[in-house]
Amino acid sequence: MSSTTTAAYDDHGHGPEKGLLRWVKTTNHKDIGTLYMWFAFSMLLIGGALAMGIRAELLQPGLQLFEPQFYNQLTTMHGLIMVFGAIMPAFVGLANWLIPMMVGAPDMALPRMNNWSFWILPFAGAILLSTFFMEGGAPAFGWTFYAPLSTTFAPDSTDFFIFAIHLLGFSSIMGAINIIATVLNMKAPEMRLMDMPLFVWTWLITSFLLIGAMPVLAGAVTMMLTDRNFGTAFFDATGGGDPVMFQHIFWFFGHPEVYIMILPAFGIISHIIPTFARKPLFGYSSMVYATASIAFLSYIVWAHHMFLTGMPVAGELYFMYATMLIAVPTGVKVFNWVATMWRGSMTFETPMLWSLAFVFLFTIGGFSGLMLGIAPADIQYHDTYFVVAHFHYVLVTGALWGIIAAVFYWLPKWTGRMYNEPLAKFHFWWSLISVNVTFFPQHFLGLAGMPRRIPDYALQFADFNFVSSIGAFSFGLSFLLFTYIVVDCIRNGKPADARPWASAKGLEWTLATPLAYHTFDVPPTRAEILAESQHS
Amino acid sequence: MKLLFKLTGAFTTLLSSKSVLAEYTLNMTKGVTDISNDIWSLHMMVFWVCVAIGVVVFGAMFYSIIAHRKSKGAKAAHFHESTTVEFLWTGIPILILIAMAIPASKTLIDIEVLDKADMTIKVTGMQWKWQYDYPEEGISFVSNLAQSSRDVIKGTPEEREAVHQEGGYLLSVDKHLVVPVDTTIRFLITSNDVIHNWWVPAFGLKQDANPGFINDAWAKPNEIGTYRGQCAELCGKDHGFMPIVVDVVSKADYAVWVQAQQEEKVAEMESATQIWTEEDLVARGEVVYNANCSGCHQKDGKGIPGVFPAMVGSEVTNGPADYQLNLVINGMGGMPAFKMLSDSDLASVITYERRSFGNNGSVVQPSDVTSAR
Repeated sequence: MSSTTTAAYDDHGHGPEKGLLRWVKTTNHKDIGTLYMWFAFSMLLIGGALAMGIRAELLQPGLQLFEPQFYNQLTTMHGLIMVFGAIMPAFVGLANWLIPMMVGAPDMALPRMNNWSFWILPFAGAILLSTFFMEGGAPAFGWTFYAPLSTTFAPDSTDFFIFAIHLLGFSSIMGAINIIATVLNMKAPEMRLMDMPLFVWTWLITSFLLIGAMPVLAGAVTMMLTDRNFGTAFFDATGGGDPVMFQHIFWFFGHPEVYIMILPAFGIISHIIPTFARKPLFGYSSMVYATASIAFLSYIVWAHHMFLTGMPVAGELYFMYATMLIAVPTGVKVFNWVATMWRGSMTFETPMLWSLAFVFLFTIGGFSGLMLGIAPADIQYHDTYFVVAHFHYVLVTGALWGIIAAVFYWLPKWTGRMYNEPLAKFHFWWSLISVNVTFFPQHFLGLAGMPRRIPDYALQFADFNFVSSIGAFSFGLSFLLFTYIVVDCIRNGKPADARPWASAKGLEWTLATPLAYHTFDVPPTRAEILAESQHS
Repeated sequence: MKLLFKLTGAFTTLLSSKSVLAEYTLNMTKGVTDISNDIWSLHMMVFWVCVAIGVVVFGAMFYSIIAHRKSKGAKAAHFHESTTVEFLWTGIPILILIAMAIPASKTLIDIEVLDKADMTIKVTGMQWKWQYDYPEEGISFVSNLAQSSRDVIKGTPEEREAVHQEGGYLLSVDKHLVVPVDTTIRFLITSNDVIHNWWVPAFGLKQDANPGFINDAWAKPNEIGTYRGQCAELCGKDHGFMPIVVDVVSKADYAVWVQAQQEEKVAEMESATQIWTEEDLVARGEVVYNANCSGCHQKDGKGIPGVFPAMVGSEVTNGPADYQLNLVINGMGGMPAFKMLSDSDLASVITYERRSFGNNGSVVQPSDVTSAR
């Protein structure tokens, strides 16, 4: 595979439109991918700034900076922005950039809808953020917005929050439809399903989760809307409704949602580890089956978030068993990654460092997840900092780590330039240390009995909160360096080879660097596909 | 630089200070009920299983990272599939999970199934306090965050340390729940407004309080002592400020406590038939206001614009007393009902609201409350 043969594919008349309108009108998957990534990154910085506020208030006991109501707005908006504004759009951005190139397609299947799915996001994000400036303040009921705190007892801005969630849901569903259509209809005719790279597989499965889960969320917020404004009582016991039903509906969305945020990261890691271990991915097909099993199980375990709502014991037993079962396919994935490393010939470039840290730290989050799944033990863990530690290990050192690994791995392909490797390695170690200083002590806080979502705490929790806050400030600061590394790469990076990682496999590496605006006008042949497949 | 100083300062504190160092814990602590100890054992069992799996998996990973690196001249093998291995590492985890599920199921059934309780206490969560009712003994009271903690939330670290030494900053209340030792207590848990969660870690008891529904849970504490907990479900602004304190006392002490409560109740009803002076009403009203009303309407009566109405210059506090009586007793919209307060307390707090903050409403007597109920 050389750039000379592929250059023929790229010889195509028109490039991008000039000026700013290019970004407004674009239907190009690369442009839209870039838009998604920058949007997600700005949201990450905003959500991160809110987190800095949270940790600043928790630095010491007592209330120093914020009133409790505003503190609740911070935690709520931090969660919503990170989940819906940062992590999900970042993965859709990666999908836009990578999936067409990985399956040998010229673009996404539905390019105009693609433009629309992106351009909804800035408006939804702006509506969500604008609630901070409304009378009564932003939503303050937690990102899980349990009724009736989010209905009868919520500020007026909640209706704007509902509208923003609807818009974000539209965007996600359209993105998912586009990905399914692209993967199934646009992949190179010679590519079979079991030839597809794992990032494509995990995103295909994630899309089905999105299509199943997001409408349920839309249903939940619509019921909230009518409860709040049109006299219904879905979640109000005085009108014959049930607040616990809200939680069932929310978590029927919410549990698939957490896998929506991690499955594509599994795919990314399954690309990076083989490259730097110089060995094919171990157990390709079991990886695909494990992903599908996790997705299936994610629909039937939702009430493990609700062990304390007063469920009957039979329900608790069922949800405990089903939840424990998720450890099996997740374990298979971790074992496969370790087996891929085993007797490889490893080097430790930045993407590999992030991936190895992912395997280690995500597994720690998996362990605490298993502990939380044991219903009787969950009585003591539920709604404490143990839970906060757990989901930050799986979402920060899991999902976000996967995204950052992907950025460093594919940045040379996207930009045609190489980032500053020593600086990027320094940034990695800085992030790794500070993220653990931030979140590891939160396990201790939770086990010692500190509830989550409180602006002030008893003095026996002071020491670890102080340590956690210092770690958080350092972690927050590391993103400034990350910004510098990426901008420096785009502006001043040395030109990168078409295949900057010698042993990387995948059709995307067969394209000439810098990338043409349109690629794969001619689909790759069977031989090319097999030469680049993950299981050869 | 300032941060660095603080950090060094904190580490010196960590090394030198006894009061703080002696207190923080790394692990869950055992409780004072059999259930809480079962939970603790389960927690430790799962923890060690995770540690063991971690040692094997991370051991293999780090061995590989150290031994199979290119810089050491490692040549990559090419194996990438083994059905046997996949079966093994699917099957073995399933066996481990079954081994964990058996004791977990047993404990869970013990927690959820209760045949007979010796006594019942009803726990009602409300923004942001707990009401405790002993239906058989006819005792009912509201338990608020202690004023001593409330006063130092924005105070100095030294002030908080002093409150902490006296019983616990943010973990003290004005009226403790009192229960007898070695007695099976059934708790009926519900809420008046949003979802709360009644959590006493030492009992291994944590249960959602859902508005309009009653959950039950039970505990049989077997050690005399004072145990503290907190609301464990986000319930709005002061979620962090509604602690729980339970005194487990001997059965004899419990009987004495019950009798004292019942006598107090009689005296309280007696006082409600008297005519009170405005000064007495306002003085008592201030205490009741700070404990029950200041969370929303603020200590200075200014409320929070757009969320909680102000007392200052309000039409309610300066208008007819009947309207305000109905509002406070029965609640309205986001405003909870306060009918659990005594007639004297209600008369005092309403008078306080109508005669303080520069307001000029009429004085309300306990007898007005009695007739308004």
